[in-house]
Amino acid sequence: MADKVLMKGNEAIAEAAIIAGCRHYFGYPITPQTEIAAYMAKRLPKIGGVFLQAESEVAAINMVYGVASTGTRVMTSSSSPGISLKSEGLSYLAGADLPSLVVNVQRGGPGLGGIQPSQADYFQATKGGGHGDFHMIVLAPSSVQEMAELTVHGFELADKYRMTSMILADGTMGQMMEPVALDALKVGEPVEKPWATTGTKLERVHNIVNSLSLVPEELEELNFARYERYKVIEENEVMYETYRMEDAEICIAAFGIASRVSRNAVDAAREMGIKVGMIRPITLWPFPKKAFKDSLATCKAYISVELSMGQMIEDVMLATEGKAPVTLCNRVGGMIPSPEQVLESIKETAARIGGNN
Amino acid sequence: MSTDTKEFLFSGFGGQGILFAGKFIAYKGLTEGKNVSWLPSYGPEMRGGTASCGIIISDGAVGSPIVSKPDILVAMNLPSLDRYEASVKKGGMIFYDSSLIERPLTRTDVKAYAVPATRLAGENGFPTLGNMILVGKILAALGEYNEAGVNAALAKVISAKRADMLELNYKALELGANY
Repeated sequence: MADKVLMKGNEAIAEAAIIAGCRHYFGYPITPQTEIAAYMAKRLPKIGGVFLQAESEVAAINMVYGVASTGTRVMTSSSSPGISLKSEGLSYLAGADLPSLVVNVQRGGPGLGGIQPSQADYFQATKGGGHGDFHMIVLAPSSVQEMAELTVHGFELADKYRMTSMILADGTMGQMMEPVALDALKVGEPVEKPWATTGTKLERVHNIVNSLSLVPEELEELNFARYERYKVIEENEVMYETYRMEDAEICIAAFGIASRVSRNAVDAAREMGIKVGMIRPITLWPFPKKAFKDSLATCKAYISVELSMGQMIEDVMLATEGKAPVTLCNRVGGMIPSPEQVLESIKETAARIGGNN
Repeated sequence: MSTDTKEFLFSGFGGQGILFAGKFIAYKGLTEGKNVSWLPSYGPEMRGGTASCGIIISDGAVGSPIVSKPDILVAMNLPSLDRYEASVKKGGMIFYDSSLIERPLTRTDVKAYAVPATRLAGENGFPTLGNMILVGKILAALGEYNEAGVNAALAKVISAKRADMLELNYKALELGANY
């Protein structure tokens, strides 16, 4: 068995990025993700990499754009308000079809908000992340091991599809320590990047990396082509986990820390004889629509457990096509639902749908 | 929570080694092949203020890493005891630094362990290791104290280059276990 070490989620992301071959990190400190920058500051200079604390989040994301243009693995990380500052850059990265890894360790908002955990950037992450039509691949870890695994996976998906992968975590995931098996991480073969601006050596036509396209017909074509790629991703890259769903009549939808809390509630409800399970989306975009739709075979009601005023709930409603009621169980502003709160919500739902509960 | 799960809450002033003591307990669980989680409080109030961390050690998968009803509370100052005493599970254990906390416990449905950890640490030449004296006491009270086990966990949290610190931490654990 692989040797396990205790690491904070933030540190696991940083080390996994290095294992994935990332040698360029640009960022600006913000709680609760500063350990990522601190880790990179310590490690990257020792292994021939570049750590640069930029003058702002806007500068950092544009440095990411620059390095990504050369086809080199690169990342930045921040927390909610900082991600908003990066959103212009995220749109430019999408427009230029550049791969990058961006980490958002969410905190309570809106505005400067607080520093405690939140999931209220779900819309921002999954519905675009900046102006224009685009998507990011959004990965939602629920353990420190997954923080590491999804970081490696995020880099690989970014390269494969020439787009940004975002790790959407929260303050709890970033700050908690759990055992991690780093030698279990699998890094695939590097992807060819013939589009990268690496110097022509006077042997080829030079590559141009740009998001400006002034001819509407051409810009439309670029958008169409990008969405063809998104279709492939929706077909092939969906990830989710089911928990005790075999005969479930009630289905919890939860990701990240909310899924950890919900797991306790599902176990407690099962002990009371309530047939409840959980679908935990790991990719928030692409959303596991089919898993939810298929669950309608046994499920009569859904509960979306979120650290937001109800954002993922809309995707659960769309996926279940209005065929079953979906209710929200939430806390916000840096608060986290307790297992007891989720259990109450399950009990209320069970009473409402009746049956043999 | 099933019976094979233990939830710890360590609390005290920033600087008392609260997070370190919690990390040691987590590593002790890990070296014994358990599933563990360690979650610190984090906030703008850290310096000179209160610090706490919740640790879960379980034979099964750890669900929520948030410890709101600990089986075992460690309180190294009065504000921590005031804040968390009521949260301890019925039949749980409270270990507190009786050299810094003068009041008795109000709970009667938990086991109380008063250890003058900070004073003992000072008298024995390692004034910053009151935390580990309390950890030694916890492990002994749980019947989980043994030399090989604590040394395996110490080796995980203290660099081998700091042999002096390894020895002092071990002494502090021993002192607590035998108190």
